[in-house]
Amino acid sequence: TIPRRLCILKGIYPHEPKHKKKVNKGSTAPRTFYLLKDIKFLLHEPIVNKFREYKVFVRKLRKAYGKSEWGTVDRLKDNKPTYKLDHIVKERYPTFIDALRDLDDALSMCFLFSTFPRTGKCHVQTIQLCRRLAVEFLNYVIASRSLRKVFLSIKGIYYQAEVLGQPITWITPYTFAHDHPTDVDYRVMATFTEFYTTLLGFVNFRLYHSLNLVYPPKIDGQADAELKPVEGKEYAMDSESYLEKLSALSASLARVVAPAHEDEVEMDEFPVEGETAEQMDTRKKEQEALEKHKKMFEGLRFFLNREVPREPLAFIIRCFGGQVSWDKSLCIGATYDASDPSITHHIIDRPRLEQQAVGRCYLQPQWVFDSVNAKMCLPVADYFPGVLLPPHLSPFVTEQEGDYVPPEKLKLLALQRGENPDEESEEEEEEDEEDDNDKEEEEDEDESEKEEEMKLKKMEEQKTQNNKALPVKVTAGKLRLEDKKRLEQEQQSEEKRLAIMMMKKREKYLYKKIMFGKKRKVREANKLAAKRKAHDTAVKEEKKKSKKARRA
Amino acid sequence: PSPVFSCPLQDIRNTVGNIPMEWYQDFPHIGYNLDGKKIYKPIRNKDELDMFLEKMENPDYWRTVQDRMTGADVRLTDEQVQLVQRLQRGQFGDVHFNPYEPAVDFFTHEVMIHPVTNRPADKRSFIPSLLEKEKVSKLVHAIKMGWIKPRKPKDDSPTYYDLWAHEDPNSILGRHKMHVPAPKMKLPGHEESYNPPPEYLLSEEEKLAWEQQEAAERKLNFVPQRFGSLRQVPAYPRFIQERFERCLDLYLCPRQRKMRVNVDPEDLIPKLPKPRDLQPFPTTQALIYRGHSSLVRCLSISPSGQWLVSGSDDGTVRFWEVCTARCMKTLPVGGVVKSIAWNPNPTICLVAIGVEQSVLLVNPCLGDKLLYGATDQLLESYVAPEEERVQPVQWVTATTEEHSRGVRLVIQHSKAVKQVTWHGKGDYLASVVSDNSSMQVLIHQSSKRWSQSPFRRSKGLVQAVLFHPTRPYFFVATQRYVRVYNLLKQELTKKLMTNCKWVSSMAIHPGGDNIICGSYDSKLAWFDLDLSTRPYQLLRHHKRALRSVAFHRRYPLFASGSDDGSVIVCHGMVYNDLLQNPLLVPVKVLKGHVITLDLGVLDVLFHPTQPWIFSSGADGTVRLYT
Repeated sequence: TIPRRLCILKGIYPHEPKHKKKVNKGSTAPRTFYLLKDIKFLLHEPIVNKFREYKVFVRKLRKAYGKSEWGTVDRLKDNKPTYKLDHIVKERYPTFIDALRDLDDALSMCFLFSTFPRTGKCHVQTIQLCRRLAVEFLNYVIASRSLRKVFLSIKGIYYQAEVLGQPITWITPYTFAHDHPTDVDYRVMATFTEFYTTLLGFVNFRLYHSLNLVYPPKIDGQADAELKPVEGKEYAMDSESYLEKLSALSASLARVVAPAHEDEVEMDEFPVEGETAEQMDTRKKEQEALEKHKKMFEGLRFFLNREVPREPLAFIIRCFGGQVSWDKSLCIGATYDASDPSITHHIIDRPRLEQQAVGRCYLQPQWVFDSVNAKMCLPVADYFPGVLLPPHLSPFVTEQEGDYVPPEKLKLLALQRGENPDEESEEEEEEDEEDDNDKEEEEDEDESEKEEEMKLKKMEEQKTQNNKALPVKVTAGKLRLEDKKRLEQEQQSEEKRLAIMMMKKREKYLYKKIMFGKKRKVREANKLAAKRKAHDTAVKEEKKKSKKARRA
Repeated sequence: PSPVFSCPLQDIRNTVGNIPMEWYQDFPHIGYNLDGKKIYKPIRNKDELDMFLEKMENPDYWRTVQDRMTGADVRLTDEQVQLVQRLQRGQFGDVHFNPYEPAVDFFTHEVMIHPVTNRPADKRSFIPSLLEKEKVSKLVHAIKMGWIKPRKPKDDSPTYYDLWAHEDPNSILGRHKMHVPAPKMKLPGHEESYNPPPEYLLSEEEKLAWEQQEAAERKLNFVPQRFGSLRQVPAYPRFIQERFERCLDLYLCPRQRKMRVNVDPEDLIPKLPKPRDLQPFPTTQALIYRGHSSLVRCLSISPSGQWLVSGSDDGTVRFWEVCTARCMKTLPVGGVVKSIAWNPNPTICLVAIGVEQSVLLVNPCLGDKLLYGATDQLLESYVAPEEERVQPVQWVTATTEEHSRGVRLVIQHSKAVKQVTWHGKGDYLASVVSDNSSMQVLIHQSSKRWSQSPFRRSKGLVQAVLFHPTRPYFFVATQRYVRVYNLLKQELTKKLMTNCKWVSSMAIHPGGDNIICGSYDSKLAWFDLDLSTRPYQLLRHHKRALRSVAFHRRYPLFASGSDDGSVIVCHGMVYNDLLQNPLLVPVKVLKGHVITLDLGVLDVLFHPTQPWIFSSGADGTVRLYT
């Protein structure tokens, strides 16, 4: 059998053979196949020897314990074999970009492990290391302002950052205690994490250096002084409090070279060859939009109420240049108080608030997420506390032609284009008008119904008379107008059908498959649209009813 | 003798010893005094109220305890109370005991000039220890042998450094080019949001369906949910599992590069000439010939194109006028008509009808009187040869009654006849018998009333036979092959593989170089005899079994009728130069026949001169499309 741990560390995966029957001696039973080359590659890996040494060490240690030879135990422990995964990281990712491309899983895993309780599911050191690396990465994202998209899903919070042009997506769980499942092999996860922490550490190092930041990160001196707690009052261990201060995400980091204050060097523009002026223009525009997006929250001061998840919100707000603070008792690193008059946005997640300070918006946390995804500060009216929130859409979906687009997305797109911002109020007014119209119509309908009834009665009478008088009736023939367009269409579709008949077998199969997929897509989109329509009408009727009830 | 106590009157001493006093629970006494008299329990008639009053009034209540041995109440003295209090505080019982007396060192830390003991030093303190020597030598040996290693120096190189400082392009090995990176996790859609648009939430039925599905089959691995605000969102219970599954995928899933086809489906449709440019061909149903009461199996048309003959399962053969759809004549034959063929020679008016075990040669007596009179004369001019030859069949002249109906000759076979077909000259005709022997195919000469069986051995179940229109070739279709025989040289010239399971019918292009075969597995094979023995094209137009195929004699058209009730007319252009392959374009799907008993169209036939097509169906009608 193939050592599982080695496969995980070296990134060896099974391959699907081209001719399964040939390889599997004529049977098609599912089996996993590794390339012989890969296995040979595993064999002369130096870390194999280290693993063996470690195994021997464990055996000796156990023996020494069994014999109560404490001296031997000490000696063995002193000489505990260690191994490093640096060369494997380098080997698997020969360039830095390769490493960035594979960072998704590493980040998600580190964030998951950093939330584990320190109760023996895995080593405490691993958990601490994961936490440290995750916090370091978050700090880097803040410093480089590379966050692009965020999404509150029912599974956790998704983030997408763009680092050196590579989109990196990771998910963090909501901060609750884990219900540890029994059907999960933690050893496998720990092996993965071992590799991922090594990878993430090196990546962090490189990223920090690319921004001229000190690694391991240090809080900027000036901010550090502010943050220093009163001597020995709250925290016993300095090292621990340092990580906590870092994870508060509220202070900027120290740089190797003091940054030239706020004068960004204007980038010289080099026209790329083979690029038209139009393309250049669009590129420039995109660049400008990106810059604007990065500075979205600049100048805004946020305050997070204590029921709001602090870390994600602080991270997001800081990523887009906003200032953020929270209650002092909640976490270290609060920079200003709730009563600060300069606060512009107060993030709150309770149904009602007794006393509201003047001069700030009280908003639900979804506003921050939606604004980031919309790349603009959205109108605040929909996000007041206690208000029914508009749906939270996924920023990762880009609708192609023919896909279903939820109406909220359309509205958002219109907003982004800068079209009628107060469409809402108009709509409501319209609705009111409509209601009125409806009433009139209803009355009208009543009248018209009466008329119709009269007509029907007349008709029936006539019919009976006619039946009595003439049993056979000649009806006037209808002039059938031949719709030229329709005829043409029919002809074309027939031609197509005939042509399809002449397709080769393989092509026909492919064609049918493609068409089936297309049809299924259309069907799904239609289903969603119909569902939405039904829901909207139901909501409208409910509204009308409640309105009537109120009026009555 | 009274004991010496301060108050001897009150002193009652119990002599029961150290026993559980519960043993005396049920007795009026509690033990025995020194004299052996019973000690009675003191009378306790106080109820709770009395107890309470005593508790309130008696100042010594708190220091009164009950003596368990005697049952009497004892008031503790001050000394006793103090003792209890001291013990409770954890102090010594004796008031006068001082636990903190100054310690007096027995030995001083100062070195004195006098030894404590005056014992002389041992010998072992002067000579080196053997035990130690042994131990040291063991250690030395272990160090020498490399069993004990010196402590490793602490590795103080930094854990993290710039790993990619020197990115050399040579380090990108072949492995990395072959490496298949794991696909990224699918990004979440709107339905995963904690507050999705209402249309993404599952309705009750959908939820039920979701629950009943296998976990692997589900499109979503979660049920979309809606929460009013962020604080109501709970932890996702399967978060760790999902991460774990991802890990498993990463190291256990086989990876394979798959080429995604990214074609526009419109590009796959072959570019064919438009049917409009390939006219004429039949497009609409023009006439329906009604009269048969059962399925019409076979059709044939006179060479002039004026008369149509159809044979049906109701045991009749009907002659129709093509233009008017009038039934001119009905000929009861008393059996299922399997096959029918009008003599292609325009000077002879004769129809061959395959009924059960015989082939009838019928003069329909339609059209030009001279013509059919001449035919009768031709048949009567037969002179029997002198010597009787052995024939596989019997030639019988019709009885007078039959003669009046039109039947002229009857060729009686030994088995049921499946098919009859004429040679182009109109003298020879071939019949197929459903038999498994070598006598399946018979060739008859009508003018000499002479038959022969051309094959010595059977090559399988013969489905259809055909004469080449111009050259002395004879085509025999068995279940899977079509054999081409040269009648002059009497040898097999070609064997065509049809690639079908079961050939049902066969037709030949009037040019004689192309053959089409219809098969029961709904395929139509077009053979170019000059090209190869395999089909030039295999058309799968029909959804069900093909029953018959036909070529037009003049126009480049061929047609196929099938059990799915449709007739498909195709344009089949054959070019004269050998370099250009035939062009096959389906031009029209004709529908009209009602499917009865799972059968649709049974026979198709082109008009000899017009671009018209006849089809006979299981619904008992014959239809003409023009």
